[in-house]
Amino acid sequence: MNRIHHLFKNKTKDILSIFFTAGFPALEDTREILINLQKSGADLIEIGMPYSDPIADGQTIQQSSMKALENGMSIEILFQQLEGIRQVVDIPLILMGYLNPVIQYGLKKFVKKATEVGIDGFILPDLPMYEYENEYKTLFDQHQLSNIFLITPQTSEERIKKIDEISDAFIYMVSMDSTTGRVGEFTEQQLSYFDRISGMDLDNPRLIGFGISDKKSFDAASEHANGAIIGSAFIKALAKDGEASIAEKVGTFINQIREGSSALSHG
Amino acid sequence: METKTFGVDERGYFGKFGGAFIPEMLYPNIEELKNRYLEIMYEESFQEEFHQLLKDYVGRPTPLYFAKRLSEKHGTKIYLKREDLCHTGAHKVNNTLGQILLAKRLGKKKIIAETGAGQHGVATATVCALMGMECIVYMGAVDIQRQRPNVERMKMLGAEVRPATSGSQTLKDATNEAMRHWINNPSDTHYIIGSVVGPHPYPDMVSRFHSVISEEIQVQLMEKEGRYHPDYVIACVGGGSNAIGAYYQYLDDERVKLIGAEAAGFGVDSGKSAATTILGREGVLHGSKTILMQTPDGQVVEPHSISAGLDYPGIGPVHAHLYDVGRATFYPITDDEAMAAGFELSEIEGIIPAIETAHAFAVLDKMDFKENEIVVINCSGRGDKDLNTYIQYREEKGL
Repeated sequence: MNRIHHLFKNKTKDILSIFFTAGFPALEDTREILINLQKSGADLIEIGMPYSDPIADGQTIQQSSMKALENGMSIEILFQQLEGIRQVVDIPLILMGYLNPVIQYGLKKFVKKATEVGIDGFILPDLPMYEYENEYKTLFDQHQLSNIFLITPQTSEERIKKIDEISDAFIYMVSMDSTTGRVGEFTEQQLSYFDRISGMDLDNPRLIGFGISDKKSFDAASEHANGAIIGSAFIKALAKDGEASIAEKVGTFINQIREGSSALSHG
Repeated sequence: METKTFGVDERGYFGKFGGAFIPEMLYPNIEELKNRYLEIMYEESFQEEFHQLLKDYVGRPTPLYFAKRLSEKHGTKIYLKREDLCHTGAHKVNNTLGQILLAKRLGKKKIIAETGAGQHGVATATVCALMGMECIVYMGAVDIQRQRPNVERMKMLGAEVRPATSGSQTLKDATNEAMRHWINNPSDTHYIIGSVVGPHPYPDMVSRFHSVISEEIQVQLMEKEGRYHPDYVIACVGGGSNAIGAYYQYLDDERVKLIGAEAAGFGVDSGKSAATTILGREGVLHGSKTILMQTPDGQVVEPHSISAGLDYPGIGPVHAHLYDVGRATFYPITDDEAMAAGFELSEIEGIIPAIETAHAFAVLDKMDFKENEIVVINCSGRGDKDLNTYIQYREEKGL
């Protein structure tokens, strides 16, 4: 069992997963962000490995990725920054990113390094299921690394069942037909999609992502799944100008999601 | 539907290249396309409509022209396949016409496309006007500045041109934006990709729509030379759509040497080049495993070529395979070599080629031919769109 399995074993509601782009706003912010996310009450963290051509992402994550690359972030540097992270952070950590940088780094080396620093799983949105089964699964399984698959409102029931079968951590439910970063209230259509998936009696827990930006949308999503994932809204909070430290920005943001008020974090 | 040694396999691969490396959001559209493209495009009614329009609207068959003076210069027999005489000025329309007919049969209402120089954008906007379908073309903000006449052509044809402002604001970013648009609008929209790139089935589908080029070459060569096959087929390769169209019927015929011209920009080692097979490594770009130009960390590198149509960091997976197994040979052609070839063709044959196409002609000087060999060059596009670049180049070089 890895840390993701433990998390879902011990907690089934209101799980808050936060995505951020490694190397943003500054190259060396990674550890500070991780430590403060845990401290503020995030349950799970998705560390984004920046890529030059992120086709599934909207503007916010595109821009944070560009900035991170300009700052000099790479998989190599990220692993250096994560060395010893398990002495200070014990919530599950997932690496998320596009396939090409991983292939160039070398898959075996990537898995080895990830295991050494204490990563629990991966989200590789452009890794197709059949490629995963043929070339990745055995290696990931050997190291107890979970691969997380996405489903969307368009994903067929048959395919969802197949994804449920080959998943062992959770299923990432994309809330709408969209790239990341779009917000708005859930529509009837989305709610019926959430209900449809709930009714499928899947083995894996589910987190809803895309379009989750505040307490209201987090709570709404959590009613229909085991929790939700926030990315763009968190990156925007980190990007805000001003005097606030990373610790303060992270604390304020997570408190807003959990309590609906930023005052409480300082209260 | 003949099986070819160099054809795509059932998993969407050409050798070790290809596949469909796409996020789940694109899966249903790609899956639908994959399951239906062959069935639809080989329906009798589709073939009838497609070929009728290729004839009456595009102006096919395009001539196979014996270039006498060019042949004399190189001491061999050189034929030009005149794709530059297609409606809209390049081969691109073979594919856009095929795909829009397919999109209609899939029940799609709207069309999106990416474009670099604007040729594919114009070819897409043209067939959308023809079919009365809504058209959005993504174009890098930098390219919009560089290619104003084509932007205006697209607008006249009723298309909306949307600037891609992400990344380097050129062709690869326009492709990213088009893919994002498709993710956001999956059910009523078809994405007409402009080259033999992207996830399976695009590379195979686009190849098949352009295969008419080599079908015609076979017939026309038989008339002129009494044989179906040339000794060489030469074409420029950006993504590689005109090249695969000219190669297609000859892929399994080893008597025919397949030659590609890649854009070397300022020179292969200049840091400003688009010579993908030399500078690239295996990786994943725009949904397929191919050869692409990238940093050691796997970030996509912005290429350079004087021709916006070859200014792409990858090549189609089918070409990566042809290169990998040695079936095709690729020559790097610098900006200067291409421009010289463009001027020469204008002067001795009266044909002003697109600068992309001029790269193919520049290969001639790098090769030795025997007297009675037959060389077919795919004259993929005309140079009207490039007049400004030609004029500027002359002025800068004092020609």
